[in-house]
Amino acid sequence: MTPIIITETKPSVALEPRITDHKLKHNEQSLPQKGDDDTALLLSARKVGFECFDKLGLPTLHDEDWRFTNVTPIAKMTLAPVLKPAHHGITEKALNHFPFAALAGSKLVFVNGHFAPELSSIAELPAGAKVMNLAAALATETALVERHLYRHVHMEDNAFTALNTAFFQDGAFIYVPANQAVADPIHLLFVTSFQADGTTAHPRNLIVAEDNSQITVIESYVSLCDTAYFTNSVTTLIAGDNAVVEHLKFQDESQQAFHIATVAVHLGRASNTVTHSIALGAKLSRTNIYATLAGEGLECTLNGLYLTRGEQLADHFMVVEHAQPHCASHEYFNGILADKSKGVFHGRILVRPGAQKTDAKQTNKNLLLSDDATANTKPQLEIYADDVKCTHGATIGQLNDESIFYLRARGIPREKARRMLIHAFAGEIIDRIRCAAVRQELDRLVWDRLEQNQQIAMNP
Amino acid sequence: MTQPILAIQNLSAAVEGRQILKGINLTIYPGEMHAIMGPNGSGKSTLAAILAGREGYTITGGEVIYCGQDLLALDPEERACEGVFLAFQYPVEIPGVNSTYFLKAAYNEIRKHRGLPELDAMEFLSFVKEKVKLLHLPEDLLKRPVNYGFSGGEKKRNEIFQMAVLEPKFAILDETDSGLDIDALKIVAHGVTALKRPDNAQLVITHYQRLLNFIVPDFVHVLYDGCIVKSGGKELALELEATGYDGMLNHAAAVPA
Repeated sequence: MTPIIITETKPSVALEPRITDHKLKHNEQSLPQKGDDDTALLLSARKVGFECFDKLGLPTLHDEDWRFTNVTPIAKMTLAPVLKPAHHGITEKALNHFPFAALAGSKLVFVNGHFAPELSSIAELPAGAKVMNLAAALATETALVERHLYRHVHMEDNAFTALNTAFFQDGAFIYVPANQAVADPIHLLFVTSFQADGTTAHPRNLIVAEDNSQITVIESYVSLCDTAYFTNSVTTLIAGDNAVVEHLKFQDESQQAFHIATVAVHLGRASNTVTHSIALGAKLSRTNIYATLAGEGLECTLNGLYLTRGEQLADHFMVVEHAQPHCASHEYFNGILADKSKGVFHGRILVRPGAQKTDAKQTNKNLLLSDDATANTKPQLEIYADDVKCTHGATIGQLNDESIFYLRARGIPREKARRMLIHAFAGEIIDRIRCAAVRQELDRLVWDRLEQNQQIAMNP
Repeated sequence: MTQPILAIQNLSAAVEGRQILKGINLTIYPGEMHAIMGPNGSGKSTLAAILAGREGYTITGGEVIYCGQDLLALDPEERACEGVFLAFQYPVEIPGVNSTYFLKAAYNEIRKHRGLPELDAMEFLSFVKEKVKLLHLPEDLLKRPVNYGFSGGEKKRNEIFQMAVLEPKFAILDETDSGLDIDALKIVAHGVTALKRPDNAQLVITHYQRLLNFIVPDFVHVLYDGCIVKSGGKELALELEATGYDGMLNHAAAVPA
């Protein structure tokens, strides 16, 4: 395969200085209270982002971390960022059929990467908590935002994160002060309605949960069109000491779309975090999760489910860094792959020197529903401490004939038995979602998807 | 004369080209409990599997008539809906499938087949809670995944519990006694005996005579090398205990059944 070189993407990204200028002017006009120093930091971060991207270029199959996922189709796109809000007259009604629409709690809606205040609503929040769009927060909460926004995201070794840093327009900013809890889940809804192929959105989210706080955030990426657009999101999640955080990324993009997301999680002492990734849509999706276990005695769970059909590819790439002793990390990823689709799992566990009593567990299970489906799974353990427990396990297989017979022998028809078992396999992941309303909705949704998928019934 | 529940006529079957059953004849009438005993490899479990409809067996001769219809032509789920039940020798663990959900799905499939209205979740729950007591099973078992993490004894009792819920016309118990301690064995035996009715029948397959101390079959058959070599009343089990399979089979070999 021909390596993708940076010049292939340069025609569009060469516009960078002008785009950056434009963005800054836009901010200056709409948010006049913004200070000069802040715009300088934003500008310099964009420049650094672009320089990183320029240096790295898009990854190829020769990059070890991208061995199984070919991003050539993305490299061939124009990657034209959408610089102005283009809401295409989307009404609240049009959004009601998307999952989690009925959730209580705050909702921020972004259409084609831009905040849509008329579609958003902020519920009552505890004192000092903030739920707003990032562009506004850059102006009003500048110090807070800039303290966290550019850290932990691996811009130097992830071209897509670098690209996002150079071009992002907006996203969500969520802040929970110490000792406060936001009871209802906060829903971030990213809707795409691009009419042209190659249009790109770079959502950028920052979630900060201070010490002893509690929060649940749902990020969902959905579409009202079937064009070959590109979503390139970056989310930074900071959990302070003793914070309790549940985060769920739900990806149900158009079947033609490309979705690359980075979730960077930085966790404090004795915190308890679970981050879920549910991948149902997109032609090609890749979710990078970087978890830094930066305090002692914390617990972190990464939990994911991917359902693919047709020629879809769903890739999950994870780096769990145990930097401190007495931490537990658990990764559970299940894939259900039909037709000619492909699932990729890449899980690296890095145990730093001194991170004694680490308990790291990683499981990736793949259910192949067709002879043409593929699963690639690659565990990677790097351990520099000598008193740790690290386990990993991966399975790739088909439905168990014994289980099917057992169900049939009780009167359940073969097709229903197969669906029950597939649903159960998905249920292992869904059951870990703590927020009951979200769990129930996802359970129904996944069941509906499985019902729609003829493949399940047709295969022996 | 009453129609038999099960009539096996000259049944022969092979697995991967190897002949396992070599002409079995067995007729079971309503209200009867039959026991099939035999050493390892005699074909006991093959017979149970074929009656329940497990794939992978080739029928090389004979037929099985169940309540007047050709049993072997039916899919496993059709057999279950018609009232055939197999208590598995090795019940399968199914993580992720809730026991109550599974059992309700099975129960309602059978009711649907019989033209009866399905039970809703609440109705079903109060119905199964009664049945759970019969097998001395903890109620929380209903909330757990099917057989998942159950002890050996719990799995076997769960099979009989399912039998109590599904109320089959013809139940096959494939070595339900093996691996049970004496207390669990008594519970299972009590459950099986309690489910015996004038209009149903049971076929108990066992390696050991021990189970028959607690449940009293009407007929005992000895299966050896794919054939029933001896049939008799419950006293045959005692005779078998006294002589062992070898003693009896040496005798039987001289007088083929």
